Formats: sequence, C-alpha cells, structure tokens
Amino acid sequence: MHDKTIAELSAALAARELSAVELTQALLDRIEAHNGTLNAFITVTAEQALEQARRADERIAKGEAGALTGIPIAHKDNFCTAGVLTTCASRMLHNFVPPYDATVVARLEEAGVVMLGKTNMDEFAMGSSNETSYYGPVKNPWDTERVPGGSSGGSAAAVAAGLVPGATATDTGGSVRQPAAFCGVSGLKPTYGRVSRYGIVAFASSLDQASVIARSAEDLALLLQAMAGFDERDSTCVDLAVPDYRAGLEQPLDGVRIGLPREYFQDGVEPELAKVIEAAVEEYRRLGAEIKEVSLPHNALAVAAYHVIAPAEASSNLARFDGVRYGYRCENPRDLEDLYMRSRGEGFGTEVKRRLLIGTRALLAEYYQDAFLKAQKIRRLIHNDFIEAFKQVDVLLGPTTGAPAFRLGEKSADPVQMYLTDVFTIAANLAGLPALSLPAGQVDGLPVGMQLIGRHFDEARLLNLAHRFQQATDWHTVRPQNFE
Amino acid sequence: MPLRPDEVETIAHLARLSIDQSLIPEYARDLSAILALVEKMNTVNTDGVEPMVNPLEAVQRLRPDVVTEGDQREAFLAIAPAVEDGLYLVPRVIE
Amino acid sequence: MEWETVIGLEVHAQLMTRSKIFSGASTAYGAAPNTQACAVDLAMPGTLPVLNEEALRMAVKFGLAIGAEIPDRSVFARKNYFYPDLPKGYQISQHDQPVVANGYIEIDLEDGTTKRIGIIRAHLEEDAGKSLHEDFHGLTGIDLHRAGTPLLEIVSAPDLRSAKEAVAYLKKLHSLVTYLEICDGNMQEGSFRCDANVSVRRKGDPCFGTRVELKNINSFRFVERAINYEVERQIDLLESGGQVVQETRLYDADRNETRSMRTKEEATDYRYFPDPDLLPVVITSEFIESVRKTLPELPDAKRDRFMEQYGLSRYDADVLTSTRELADYYEAVVRAAGQDQAKPAANWVMGELSGALNRDGIDITASPVSAEMLAQLLQRIADNTISGRIAKEVFEAMWEGEGSADEIIEKRGLKQITDVAAIEAMIDEVLAAHPKQVEQYKSGQAKLLGYFVGQVMKLSGGKANPAQLNQLLRQKLGSAGE
Repeated sequence: MHDKTIAELSAALAARELSAVELTQALLDRIEAHNGTLNAFITVTAEQALEQARRADERIAKGEAGALTGIPIAHKDNFCTAGVLTTCASRMLHNFVPPYDATVVARLEEAGVVMLGKTNMDEFAMGSSNETSYYGPVKNPWDTERVPGGSSGGSAAAVAAGLVPGATATDTGGSVRQPAAFCGVSGLKPTYGRVSRYGIVAFASSLDQASVIARSAEDLALLLQAMAGFDERDSTCVDLAVPDYRAGLEQPLDGVRIGLPREYFQDGVEPELAKVIEAAVEEYRRLGAEIKEVSLPHNALAVAAYHVIAPAEASSNLARFDGVRYGYRCENPRDLEDLYMRSRGEGFGTEVKRRLLIGTRALLAEYYQDAFLKAQKIRRLIHNDFIEAFKQVDVLLGPTTGAPAFRLGEKSADPVQMYLTDVFTIAANLAGLPALSLPAGQVDGLPVGMQLIGRHFDEARLLNLAHRFQQATDWHTVRPQNFE
Repeated sequence: MPLRPDEVETIAHLARLSIDQSLIPEYARDLSAILALVEKMNTVNTDGVEPMVNPLEAVQRLRPDVVTEGDQREAFLAIAPAVEDGLYLVPRVIE
Repeated sequence: MEWETVIGLEVHAQLMTRSKIFSGASTAYGAAPNTQACAVDLAMPGTLPVLNEEALRMAVKFGLAIGAEIPDRSVFARKNYFYPDLPKGYQISQHDQPVVANGYIEIDLEDGTTKRIGIIRAHLEEDAGKSLHEDFHGLTGIDLHRAGTPLLEIVSAPDLRSAKEAVAYLKKLHSLVTYLEICDGNMQEGSFRCDANVSVRRKGDPCFGTRVELKNINSFRFVERAINYEVERQIDLLESGGQVVQETRLYDADRNETRSMRTKEEATDYRYFPDPDLLPVVITSEFIESVRKTLPELPDAKRDRFMEQYGLSRYDADVLTSTRELADYYEAVVRAAGQDQAKPAANWVMGELSGALNRDGIDITASPVSAEMLAQLLQRIADNTISGRIAKEVFEAMWEGEGSADEIIEKRGLKQITDVAAIEAMIDEVLAAHPKQVEQYKSGQAKLLGYFVGQVMKLSGGKANPAQLNQLLRQKLGSAGE
C-alpha cells in the first residue's frame, strides 16, 4: 500500500478495504526500516499518529470522512506543530516545541490527515542539497550516494521512498521543486499569498511559500485544496476564493498555449536532460497544446538578485533567535553580548551564518542602494518579463534543474556552485508565481523534473497540465528500486 | 570587490554571530565569491525601475481592534531557557 | 558671545487601542509580567503581524488635527537592532514613508505672541518591552508585556528656541492628544514620553550646531531642567574652546545632570528596509473623511470660542481649555450659573478649584465640588447672599463634603447682613469705640476708611455686605477733612 497515491488510499479507506490504523502502522514500519538509510525524518510521531488514525477510522465509520481523512502525511520541520519538536534542522531550535500550530498544519489536521512526523531539511531552508541540516544529510532514494535536493529534501525523499504518500514543504527559491525533481516526485509551489505562512518558520518573507509534495498531480490538488485560502493571521495571504482543484484536472489541453523560455534551454542544461524535456514537450503537443518559444530576458540575473533579497530578509527574520525566549542558549554567557554572539554563532550552521552575513551587509546604509534596492529593481524586471510572456502563452515549461541529482559533497564546499543549481526555479519566487515540478523521464537511472510555471493564482492550470501528462505517461509511477 | 577579513568581523558583530577566528579567512573567501556572483546585477541598468518589495500587488489589510489573545504565559515560559517570577532572564543589561 | 538654543522634540504617544498594533493581545496597563504578550509579541517563530485599524485611525486623526498631509500610501519598515526587550531583533516602525507628514501646532510665548512649531512627521511603531534589574542575582528580568503596544512618534522641526518653548510645545501636544482621545497622556506610566535634540549656535549663524539627544525626560519639569542643563553644558564647552560631540545623553533627575550613553561612532546602522510581512498601507479619502467626522473641537478652536462666547482673556481661555475635562467643567459651571457668571466662573475654576485640586492631587473629573455645586456658590455671591470672602469658606466646606453651598450657608449662618439698620448700629458702635481715629480721619487721613471697614466687618463676623457697609460708613463719617 506504500506505493499508492493519496487518491487511491482515500478510495480504499472509504471502501473500508483498509483502516487508517493499518495504513499508518504499515508506513510507520517502513519509516522504521528505511529512515536509518535515508535520514528523511527528524522526528517520528508514532503514538500520536496512531491516535489520529484511530480517530480517522471513527470518522470514516460515521460517514464523516473527507478526501484526506486518515491519509498519513509528514510535515517539513519548519512548520510549527503544537507539542511536537520543530527544529528547522538547526541546533538553534533543537529543543523547540511550539505551543501552537502553523495554519497549514491546523487545516490539514482539520481535514483529517494523520501526521507521521517531521521531515529533515536544509537548516532554516537554506540550501539545495539537504547537506546543511544539523541532523545530517538526507540521502536520495534513487542513489544514496546522491543528494535528494533541498531544502525540502526530507519530504521529497520520504514521498519517493514510499514512507509517506504526501508531505508539506516550503519553497523560497526552488526548495520544493528541485528536490521533487531530484527524487522523481511531484511538487507544487503555489502563488505567493495563496497559502498562509503563519506558523512556518520564516526564511525570506517575500519569497517563502508553503508547498506540497506527492506522487501525482491529483494528490497535489487534494492537499492544496485543504491548505489554501485566506488566513487573517497573515497580512500577505489573500482573500480570494479557492477553486475546486480536483474538478479541473481532466480539462482537455486543446489550444492551451505553452511557452518555452529560450533562456531555460541554453547553458547549464545537460544535453541528455534537455532531450527528456523536449520529449515531454512533444507529449504536450500530442495532447493538443500549442507550443511557442518565449523569452525571459532577465532570467540570468535571478540568482544574483535572489542572493541579495533572500539573505537580507533572512538576516532580519532570524534576529529573533537570540537565546532569550526559546531555542538554543550558549553555556555560561559572560554578558549580554556574549549571550547573543555565542548563542547565535553556535546555534546556526555555516551556510546560515554565511547568508546572515551577506544579508546584513546588503542592508547597511552604505550598500543599501547598490545591493538591496538594486536587487528589488531587478526583481521588478524579472516580474515584468513574466507578465509579458503570459500575454502570449498560458503556461511556461522548462527543466526544473539543469542536471539530475548530484553527489553528496560534490558542491557543498562551493556555495556559489550550489546556488547556481537553482537557476531555473528562483525567478518564480521573485515574481510570486505558482510553479510545479513533475517527473518527465530519466537520465542514467536518475529522475528528471519538468517545471511548469503559471500565472498568479492559476494553480488549477498547472495541476491540469501535470495531471494530463501523468495520464498519458507513467514517469510519476516509477519508484526507486531499493524502496519498491 | 572581495571582502576583507576585518569586514567579515565587523559584519559578524552587527549580526551577533561569533565566528571562530581561524575560520574568518574561509568566510571572507566564500562571501567574496557570493558577492562576485551578486555583482552580475550591475550588468543591467535599472534607472527609473520601481523596486519590488513584495510580489503581491496588494495593500495592507486592517485588523479590527479586538482582544483575541488570552494569557498563555506559562506555555511560553515553559520553553524558555531561563525564567524567574514570570520574567525572561538575561545577563545584566547595562544602560 | 550670544548663543541661540535650537531644540527639536521627539514624542512617543502611546495610542489608546484595546489590542496591540500587530497582534490581538490586550494593551491594558498593570497586568502581571508577560501575561499580555502573545505569540506574535514574543516573536515566536513563524508568527506574523497584522495592522490594527484603530491605531491607523488614531494616527490619521492626529494628522488631521495638526493640519498635516496624510499621504495615500504609507509603509512599515524594520529597524534592526539587538536588545533583550526587543523580541524580534527589529522594531516595526516607519522610515521614509510615514503616515503623517508636515503639520504644525501653535504655542503661546511669554510676550503674548504665538509661534508656529512645525511637526515634520508622525509615524506608527510598536513599543518594546521592559528590563527589570532588581532581585535577579545580578541578572536582568525581561517583561515583554508592553511589547507591541502602538506608539505614535511625533517629530517636531528644530523650531524651538528655549526650554520654555519646548515645555509650551510639549504641553500643547499633550493637550492635543488627550483632546483627540488617542492617548491618555499619563507620563508616569510612560504613555507620553519625550526625547529632545538640543544644540546651540552663535546668534545669526545659519548652520545648526552639533546636536545631542537627551533621553529619559518624562515630565514637563524635567524637560525644562534637562534642556537648560544641557544648553549650559554645551555653551561652557564651546566657550572654553571645546567641541560638542554628537551623542545620546541620559538625564538624571536626581542629580539634575545629563551623562553620555553612546556617541555617534558607536551608533548602530539600523538597516531599515520595508517589512516584507506587511503590505503598503493605502489610506483612501473615504477613510480620511470617516476619521475627520470623529474630530472633536480642538484646543485652539475651543480657546477662541471661549474668548468670544464668554468674554475671557486669551490667557484665561488658554488655561481653561488646556484639557478637555477642565473646559467641560468650566462650561458646565457657566451653563448652570448663567452666562453673566462666565468671568467669575473662570476666576473660581482657575483659582480656588484648581488650587484645591492641585493641593490634594485630585483629577478634575473626580472633584468633590461638582460644576453644579460651584455654580450655586457663584449665584449666592451674585445675589448678595454671601460675600466673596465668605464664599471661600463655603467652598472649603463643600470641598470637605459638608454639602451644597445653600446648606452650608444655612447651617453655619453665613448669610450676608444687608439690613441697613443693623449695619448702621455696628458702624455706630465702632466709631464710638475709636474716637481718636475718627478725629484723625476727619483731619484728612482718608485711608483710615479701610480701617473702619475692617473693624465693622470683624464685628459682623464677615457677614456685612461690603458695598452697603462702604456706603453707610461714608455717610456717617462725612468726607475726610481737606
């Protein structure tokens, strides 16, 4: 049952072919068996999960079940979960048990899901390989010598390995799409403002968006349905009706205009991987879509602008971790200054510190104009590129990454090489657009992700396109050998 | 423009991050490489472009002036590293 | 060498909202430590701010009251610095796009002229918590209770030229924010706080001198003293060939001196940037109009009306309109006593009543002598039931809770003697007892008339009608000899 989708499990639960407790126990057993290898979970909440499963079974028995009742999921460890350790994969929060839930966590619980635990990630979501975690790297289920991608590597690996059918994630610069691509699963970053950020430990406020990973577009639709919508606790969460995502999945693609941004097919894409994407484009042509080349002329500046804006916001967002009210506090501080310097210096890992330093510098009065303000202007140009492109096409398509999953340690010594792995995903965050990565094929036995980017609040279209592709192909059903 | 080790130390102090002295050169090297990456921004003229603070072209929503939060002090103090008499404790603040 | 003082004031007025500026926690004063700090106020990870509409309304109300611009777009920015009473490591404030810009208020100078003081800006921000230093074995205790309370920071132009002007400005501002009911003005509880930027320059010099920021001056008296001390310090320094250093100095009220907190070199770069958790605040003309409808009569307008309607001097009208409560009290007295009592009512409210309130530290709203009681007293003076002097005795008795004016006059037998025969009898008795003085009066010492008035008054127990007494005495004595 571990290889089934949420939609299939939901049907099985409703038909009483399976109980939520059985399902939960089976997956807990799988986690027990494989987490040692994968390191995908930081915390497993077995007892709580079984209790939730029992309640789900009661709801199912009473006929009160919804589509997600009794469905086991995992939360990325930057979602606050009341009474459950929430570490952000950082020593800084190694002991942090929040007394409150993130809005997304509360909504999914309301929808009846069973939480199996909290997934590993890059520390404070800063990373593209999951190697910056205080709890050690996550391994890619397709090849445990390779990274699962990041920052939502734990969620992606857990879903890919069949430890859980779906998981929450976050995406600030590609943190759901890149690991989804590396692990051969589907990942959706909704439009900025579509899902509440309340209770998600902030990395970069204007870029972060709660996201979701699953094995099919249909499952993404089911999970997003429960997560999306207005939250009065988040000023940047919009009050806009949430469409019925599942209802739009089957729409035919006749006449849908798909744009291929020229810049997404140039340097930085391995030829074998480009072939996979080209084949996927052909599939869409067969499904009735019109294919057009478009241009995003400022895309080459996205990584640069991102690595000013994201660390600048982070330098301020992470100032609250000071060893006073929660989290790590250094031993025997000599004075207040020492308390701050050492609690933060010892509590944060190297990559987080690098970003806080870069971000702090970008906001100094001396550099503000040339660094922060300049980056925000480039952000506007990038945003405008998309607005122009969407006058000609409905969806943009390209590779999620230029290459499949790299080896552990391959890029960890060179932050710039690591940053450049996000070259195709960052722009969607800067512009606040919804973007989805789905498996499109393989190169040397490793999954390749295809990215779809849509207009603001047009998640339904992305899900529709992804679903039609998944009906026509079976790349999304291929599972890593050792975890079948 | 490469970052000098002493600049790293100044910024580290502003950000309240203790960094082992022996690692400062390494930080200086990595941060300089990142700054070089970021310099790519200067290849485009942005005169007259309005900075984009937030991708939502929306305005701030207002909250009615209603008290919605009760006393949760015990729950919050329970997760704090050092407390006494309902207060958070820190090394002496000198004014 | 003639020196000129240049002062600009930054006032933090705590806004009287029920909940905090960015969270739903209560702002009530005086609850136990940290009980009113919710997850948002404590900067718990993942929590986010949402702006309180009432705080924005109050800021706009203030802007309208000082004739300021209310830009249609205003932005919240983060001011980044580390301090234990600042949970997020930044304060949400406003930087280059404040909610209120370019207003002014007018102050009265001692020479009777008025002066316009510019208000460069007023912006919304959140308050920090409090550090407590006692009793924690050398550690500091942090109470984040007040964290997130809305503040309006009001920044004056450097238009003030003396400590006295600064105090006049501050009192005017205090009166304005309390009139507007946006701030309770309580300086002891920190609801109305003031920092001053002080510099001196040679008279005629177009450039400003180096300024020093004075902190911790939280009473009108301290403001005047601290500025005067600081001005003298700066002049002494300059005249002895030294230089003023740009710095922040703390006023020590016990020693009446200022001492250095930090110099500019140590000043932090606050790394301001627009808060990405909050979107731009757009203020529509409808919003502004809805706030305008809630504006009360403002102190200056009320003063002008008092001068016009009650025939008061500018000074009297100013004093009586200094707080809304005092003005309301005064108007209630006139309403009950009659328009012809407007002037005596002003004298009594500013004199006996204010004196008693100050003496006993009682707020006018809790005065034991109500406006109606004072009005009755004024009527008894007007209809000659009692003299002004007796009235003071009656007032004291009312203050002590002995009843209304009429009850006290009756109980103590204070009714004025207006019977001509009775007064004449007393005059005769006094004149008979003082033949020598009568002789002197008649030989030209006219000033002895007052002596006789006094004697008769004493004999009457203060109850003889003074006007009648004067008239009858003159008749009896005839004119003083030439």
